[in-house]
Amino acid sequence: MPAPIRLRELIRTIRTARTQAEEREMIQKECAAIRSSFREEDNTYRCRNVAKLLYMHMLGYPAHFGQLECLKLIASQKFTDKRIGYLGAMLLLDERQDVHLLMTNCIKNDLNHSTQYVQGLALCTLGCMGSSEMCRDLAGEVEKLLKTSNSYLRKKAALCAVHVIRKVPELMEMFLPATKNLLNEKNHGVLHTSVVLLTEMCERSPDMLAHFRKLVPQLVRILKNLIMSGYSPEHDVSGISDPFLQVRILRLLRILGRNDDDSSEAMNDILAQVATNTETSKNVGNAILYETVLTIMDIKSESGLRVLAINILGRFLLNNDKNIRYVALTSLLKTVQTDHNAVQRHRSTIVDCLKDLDVSIKRRAMELSFALVNGNNVRGMMKELLYFLDSCEPEFKADCASGIFLASEKYAPSKRWHIDTIMRVLTMAGSYVRDDAVPSLIQLITNSVEMHTYTVQRLYKAILGDYSQQPLVQVASWCIGEYGDLLVSGQCEEEPPIQVTEDEVLDILESILISNMSASVTRGYTLTAIMKLSTRFTCNVNRVRKIVSVYSSSIDVELQQRAVEYNTLFKKYDHMRPALLERMPVMEKVTINGLTEIVQSNGETESAVLETKSPPSGLQPLSQANDLLDLLGGTDITPVIPTAPTSKPDSTGGELLDLLGDLNLTCSPVSAPVPQIAQPPFLLDGLPSQPLFSDIAAGIPSITAYNKNGLKIDFTFERSNTNPSVTVITIQASNSTELDMTDFVFQAAVPKTFQLQLLSPSSGVIPAFNSGTITQVIKVLNPQKQQLRMRIKLTYNHKGSAIQDLAEVSNFPPQSWQ
Amino acid sequence: MIKFFLMVNKQGQTRLSRYYEHVEIKKRTMLEAEVIKNCLSRSKDQCSFIEYKDFKLVYRQYAALFVVVGIDHTENEMAVYELIHNFVEVLDKYFSRVVS
Repeated sequence: MPAPIRLRELIRTIRTARTQAEEREMIQKECAAIRSSFREEDNTYRCRNVAKLLYMHMLGYPAHFGQLECLKLIASQKFTDKRIGYLGAMLLLDERQDVHLLMTNCIKNDLNHSTQYVQGLALCTLGCMGSSEMCRDLAGEVEKLLKTSNSYLRKKAALCAVHVIRKVPELMEMFLPATKNLLNEKNHGVLHTSVVLLTEMCERSPDMLAHFRKLVPQLVRILKNLIMSGYSPEHDVSGISDPFLQVRILRLLRILGRNDDDSSEAMNDILAQVATNTETSKNVGNAILYETVLTIMDIKSESGLRVLAINILGRFLLNNDKNIRYVALTSLLKTVQTDHNAVQRHRSTIVDCLKDLDVSIKRRAMELSFALVNGNNVRGMMKELLYFLDSCEPEFKADCASGIFLASEKYAPSKRWHIDTIMRVLTMAGSYVRDDAVPSLIQLITNSVEMHTYTVQRLYKAILGDYSQQPLVQVASWCIGEYGDLLVSGQCEEEPPIQVTEDEVLDILESILISNMSASVTRGYTLTAIMKLSTRFTCNVNRVRKIVSVYSSSIDVELQQRAVEYNTLFKKYDHMRPALLERMPVMEKVTINGLTEIVQSNGETESAVLETKSPPSGLQPLSQANDLLDLLGGTDITPVIPTAPTSKPDSTGGELLDLLGDLNLTCSPVSAPVPQIAQPPFLLDGLPSQPLFSDIAAGIPSITAYNKNGLKIDFTFERSNTNPSVTVITIQASNSTELDMTDFVFQAAVPKTFQLQLLSPSSGVIPAFNSGTITQVIKVLNPQKQQLRMRIKLTYNHKGSAIQDLAEVSNFPPQSWQ
Repeated sequence: MIKFFLMVNKQGQTRLSRYYEHVEIKKRTMLEAEVIKNCLSRSKDQCSFIEYKDFKLVYRQYAALFVVVGIDHTENEMAVYELIHNFVEVLDKYFSRVVS
């Protein structure tokens, strides 16, 4: 068989491939050749083949069949074989493969090899892909090598120790003695890796951290030497001596100085020295300064030093290099919480960065600007931010808009300014505003009572030209619906009033309804607005009726439902229309469980319920549920409810319940069955389980169902208005003997035509001498209105013995089941 | 922590890749393609740090070759930037006259 081609040839051949398919073909051919060569157990060319395999693996082709070959190479005695073998092991093998454990023995032997390069290879591989078992086995060897005098090996051993500690944190103590002398090195390589090892140990364990704090003076000394020493050719990078080591030491100092006054004290001088002495013309110097700033910010430094750090960042901002500006903005963002005033000084530079071309810089500048807005600078900042909103990329617009809303809410100098700002955002970036901003805006507008005319006028003008931006149109149509009368009255103090007729207003609302650009939600808002205008406007009620009736056959279920409901309002409940469509009261914002819900101060108008954002769920405050419940049993609407189940098209009853609940129930024209207690369920969620229904009669007489051996059980009854076949019985069990009755269990059975539901009792113990009772609720469903009969079984413990009794209850009053 | 180290040419062919965390082999090619796409679309006067998914990319262009390093947030980006240059200088010294 001819000798396999060398790696270089292979690379050259693959590079000549012009298409992906060609490359794949070549690689497959070569893989086949390599596989057959492996099968032949050819020792001479194995390393060449594996090298080629590794190259192909790097390009992205599977190469797992080479794993065993790597192991064979590691076991061989030739250095070239070992080298490729270990490289292959690092790339192809990891913990997930079972074969990797076979390497452990090889590595152990190689760690004790006579040649340092072989030892180095073994250390590298262990440090790269050693699994926890391997690390546990070989940690001792690594620790031994950490103490040798050979600096080449010491530095590799230190890095390997880092990996061992990451994999098996318990072995950290093992390396502790070896670290004593680590910092006394002259060799920068060993010094660097030792610092890495110390950093890793400090990060992992607070005890180590406390232990190593005493090294701070030594670290400070090393850093000082680095800065002060003259030019040394081996460590020089653009005029600075070993910047990588400097950065590492600074990072370790940061970790050591955090939350510790003494260490921070010791570091103050050196940090100031580094900050002032480092040359900033090249990127290298700036990298060191950046790390210094991060360290100063993190430890307990004195205020002078902090101001120095922020000034450095300010200088970075003025630099032309983008990288530096980016880095400065990132660090300023981190520090703005703690050193607000210092950062404010650089506000103008930051605002300038908003105009930068680079996307990353713009994003950082935007976040930082929002963090810097306060009561004093809000007008200026907002102007800049609005300008930014106008010209920025779409991916920023949503965040920017939300940020502007938040900031203006917190710091608005006047209501008019606030509304102006909102209007500008809506017109500029209307389609990017988040959906949840619309209800908050509406709430804001209702709160500023004196600005209503001004607001509605401006909104009207805004959508006259263009009604494609959905959030803007939603807010505008809501306002026009609410304040339409103010709009046509033509009186406005804040700006020259416009003369608008009712027809024009209805025109624009209609065109929004018809337009293809309007989303379904927007149409819902607009339809409701038109409806509200029927009470606000005097002459065009018929037009409103016409529009509403057109949409009662719309395909969109939401629109259809609303239209049908409004239609019914016109037809049957016209006398209620003004009351229902009255002006909304001022809404208060209530934060519940972190969610902001808008609570009505009086639960009246139906439009309020329609626009409340989230459907009333278990999170609803009790007050709101009670309000809605008032609606159900309340004064204005009582005449409606009882008629609903009995008379008329079922749709009416269902709809009105829909009106008063939320639009969870869709499809109104479909007959809603006689409303069960379960529907709408959400009304009951917020309430404890109590009987909700008022008695129809003045009171159904209660009965004593059982009275024996001192145990008396009374039944009280309640019937529901809405569901006559449900009877709710509350039992009260009392005990007139001298001893308590414990573990009391009440069970009941009814004839087949009934259904029974037993809720949990209030407790299981009846105290003696009638001093307390157990209450339990039973719900009985009696659809056929038959006479109620019940068999009850009682079990309890009394006077030390368990008692059980059965009884039949048949003295139910006729009102309870007829 | 450095997540990976790539050398990719302008056409998207990987010249060198080293991953310090386990990444599936199929995902690697996808990752490399996306990364190079991000780097190619940057102009000369934009900064060299890109935020990509949950880590940062630090890239440097040398003629037709991009050296890209993926780091997490604990690393000093500018130090890594210097590291890339150091690496290229070392290659240059060791192999003399490095071309892509």
